[in-house]
Amino acid sequence: MPTQAAGQGHRSAYVSSAFADRLFLWLTAGAGWIVFAVLVGTAISMAYGGREAFQTFGWNFIVSSDWDAVNHKFGALIPIYGTLLSSAIALLIAVPISFGIATFLAEVAPPWLRGPIGMAIELLAGIPSIIYGMWGLFIFAPFMAATVEPWLTENLGPWPIIGPLFVGPPLGIGMLTAAIILGIMTIPFISSVMRDVFQAVPPSLRESAFAMGATPWEVVRKVTLPHTRSAVVGAIFLGLGRALGETMAVTFVLGNAHDFSASLLMPGNSIAATIANEFTEADSPIYLSSLIALGFLLFVVTFIVLAIAKIMLSRVERRMG
Amino acid sequence: MNRSLMRQRRIVNFIALCGATAATLFGLVWLVWILWTTLEKGATSLNLQLFTDMTPPPGTEGGLLNAFFGSAAMIGLAVLIGTPIGILAGTYLAEFGLRSKIGGVIRFVNDILLSAPSIIIGLFIYELVVRQVGHFSGYAGALALAVILLPVVVRTTDESLRLVPNELREAGLSLGLPKWKIISNVVYRAGATGVATGVLLAIARISGETAPLLFTALNNQFWSTDMNAPMANIPVVIFQYAMSPYDHWHALAWAGAFIVTVFVLLLSIVTRVLLKTRK
Amino acid sequence: MIKIARAIGSFAVAATMCVTTANAGEVTGAGATFVYPILSKWSGDYVAAGGDRVNYQSIGSGGGIAQIKAATVDFGASDKPLSSDELAKAGLAQFPVVVGGVVPVVNLTGLRSGQIRFTGPLLADIFLGKVTKWNDPAIVRVNPGVKLPGTAITVVHRSDGSGTTFNFAHYLSQVSAEWKSKVGAGTSLQWPTGVGGKGNEGVAAYVKQLPNSIGYVEYAYATQNKMTVGQVQNAAGKFIMPSGRTFQQAAAHANWATAKDFNLVMTNAPGADSYPITASTFVLMYKQPKDAARSAAALKFFRWALTKGQKQAINLQYVPLPPALVKRIDAYITQNIK
Repeated sequence: MPTQAAGQGHRSAYVSSAFADRLFLWLTAGAGWIVFAVLVGTAISMAYGGREAFQTFGWNFIVSSDWDAVNHKFGALIPIYGTLLSSAIALLIAVPISFGIATFLAEVAPPWLRGPIGMAIELLAGIPSIIYGMWGLFIFAPFMAATVEPWLTENLGPWPIIGPLFVGPPLGIGMLTAAIILGIMTIPFISSVMRDVFQAVPPSLRESAFAMGATPWEVVRKVTLPHTRSAVVGAIFLGLGRALGETMAVTFVLGNAHDFSASLLMPGNSIAATIANEFTEADSPIYLSSLIALGFLLFVVTFIVLAIAKIMLSRVERRMG
Repeated sequence: MNRSLMRQRRIVNFIALCGATAATLFGLVWLVWILWTTLEKGATSLNLQLFTDMTPPPGTEGGLLNAFFGSAAMIGLAVLIGTPIGILAGTYLAEFGLRSKIGGVIRFVNDILLSAPSIIIGLFIYELVVRQVGHFSGYAGALALAVILLPVVVRTTDESLRLVPNELREAGLSLGLPKWKIISNVVYRAGATGVATGVLLAIARISGETAPLLFTALNNQFWSTDMNAPMANIPVVIFQYAMSPYDHWHALAWAGAFIVTVFVLLLSIVTRVLLKTRK
Repeated sequence: MIKIARAIGSFAVAATMCVTTANAGEVTGAGATFVYPILSKWSGDYVAAGGDRVNYQSIGSGGGIAQIKAATVDFGASDKPLSSDELAKAGLAQFPVVVGGVVPVVNLTGLRSGQIRFTGPLLADIFLGKVTKWNDPAIVRVNPGVKLPGTAITVVHRSDGSGTTFNFAHYLSQVSAEWKSKVGAGTSLQWPTGVGGKGNEGVAAYVKQLPNSIGYVEYAYATQNKMTVGQVQNAAGKFIMPSGRTFQQAAAHANWATAKDFNLVMTNAPGADSYPITASTFVLMYKQPKDAARSAAALKFFRWALTKGQKQAINLQYVPLPPALVKRIDAYITQNIK
């Protein structure tokens, strides 16, 4: 009798824990679907708001570089170009720096220094984005105009292929300044995750590498990085997301110029900055609709960029086994 | 041959680590420069009045108390809404959705949401909440902030939990623990630092967001604890004051920025200390 | 982990618990940035004098129009007046509430405020990029005896949408046919030349920083930043130095009598001493408001501000409306808004 009761007790415990497991699965899956619903809702809302623009301009909206609010002619080409360019340069700055910081914290810094420096870098994320914008406008842009940009124009301007990228009047604001600030804002997102991830490598793995005579740099390259590859990529995506969608800081220093320019020293535009600069003063329905359509296009651009990135990554993964 | 190869490796190592140090200094230089600017420009307003008085009209002395409270309330509510959903969704991706198609889709969708400009999210919540209810509110502001916070937490939770070695999970299984107990007792505890970093990063980000609040919570000149009405908040106040012609408003804006940054720092320190002592 | 979550959670719940019943008297308004300082000043003083709380936030003229049309606020404020048709369609009434000026500012070594003069067409040509050097004969002709360098003019304009831009461009459209056809008037323009600064602050910062530059800002920014202001020739042919007095002259001489629903942009106003780039901001309210109590409270505030708020306006470099206009507004409100 007692054994049968004990057996029954075990079975009911098993059943209830299976139910709890099921419940947990539903709970977490439900949360996942909430994320899905939020994105789809936002995208639909933007598509709906932009329908007048899409109906009026059609496909031309994507390839047109017009932006005339007075005559109601709008095109998304320059903002799209600016978004991609500024984010690319920002990542070009942020990824190596973040990798360097994570390496420093993992291999160079003494243990007592790790915490404070890690927190200091994280603090870069805590500075309000509008402060980046204001600091950029009032402090950094004049610095760029007075010091960096003339130097660039003089020294890199004459070079054959990359020269045209660096010529222009020293205005201070412009694509380069905005991309640098964007890069700085992105650093803490990538570096904090990289740092956590580097420090989560099992000590046994690292120690056995050291035992075989590897230098710290080799340990990072051959042990830490491969082990954390997927998380590092995730951190970069986190940073990419930050760069693509950053509004306030870029708004202040990008210049909101609806013109093409090869030079990085000239003002440009990005989708988020255009919306932020012009939404509250848009004075016609087609104007408003065009701005919201721009927002929808950013989703599309992000979709394409991320899809390409993931396809490339899965190819690399497959090759590396 | 051995010795020169060894020397070469050591030189490469030295250069690489110097580069890493330089990168860290690079990051720190910006931090110090920006913090110094906020401190210098806000210095005249960094006094006790900042925490006791309300946002003043031009020409009058004042503080930022209503803005601090409003921001704290909205950030708190946003964290309350967004963090559980984010952690649970990240858990799903890491524990159940590792290879599944649905997991891939949700991960992809989450990354897109991550890149959404905050102003778009503000507009979405405006259409969803403010237009339907008929007025601006702190609730709408908190909701907008939660939507910005959500994908950051999802991603970092996903990554942190995936890094927890499978041996730990297998150990739990061998003990006969049901899956949900393995996750909540073993995996969460192992991945706690990473998850906390994600939440802190997300809080840091939403503390400084202006655009979404402009369309949802608006702002309030007066003291108000009513979340169902326009609510004062720091980022919008900073924006309005900094772009005004008045010096004392400028000083308040920079002082507010400095306090926000200090708040994020304190939050980070407290969280890390708590995590360490718990371990 | 759980402890932290609990701590954050309980704090958040505590914060949310601090919900009091909605303040029945708090009026909400949103719109043009231009009037934000004076409205917040009036609001503070009004509360001190025992009145209701009026919370106005600057989200831009376009935002103000959108929000009042969506009825999410009790009043909107716009730098651009709406036409009577648009007002009728939305069921709105509008009236001006304060006046200010947009002034040209320059950065030329050795020049002080008021020492450089522009005619309307000349300003248009500079901003069109047709006049490119400071010692261009067109500028020299208007400024005899002033030493002007042979350097290139750097034009600074707004990078964001703005009611200030609208008023400036509206003025240029009136004095220059070429400007009107090539660029036109709007809150956001396709500027033929120049660099864009964000907000009046941004333009002011740029002009101060870039030598040989010219820009346009609201008057308060020029005085607060101690910039070099230029005189502008008005419709009567006289060169006018921007000041509270000359703005007031423009407000007094502008043709309000024939403007239905006050639909009048005041630029290039007649009058011997009127400053030509003067503008007013308009308040928009529902004729049949959803919340009659709050709408009445808003009107009480505006009546107080229009009659008792002159000193604050002058202190902040705005111009209070002339008494004749105030009377007209009072009659309009009584007739139109229930």
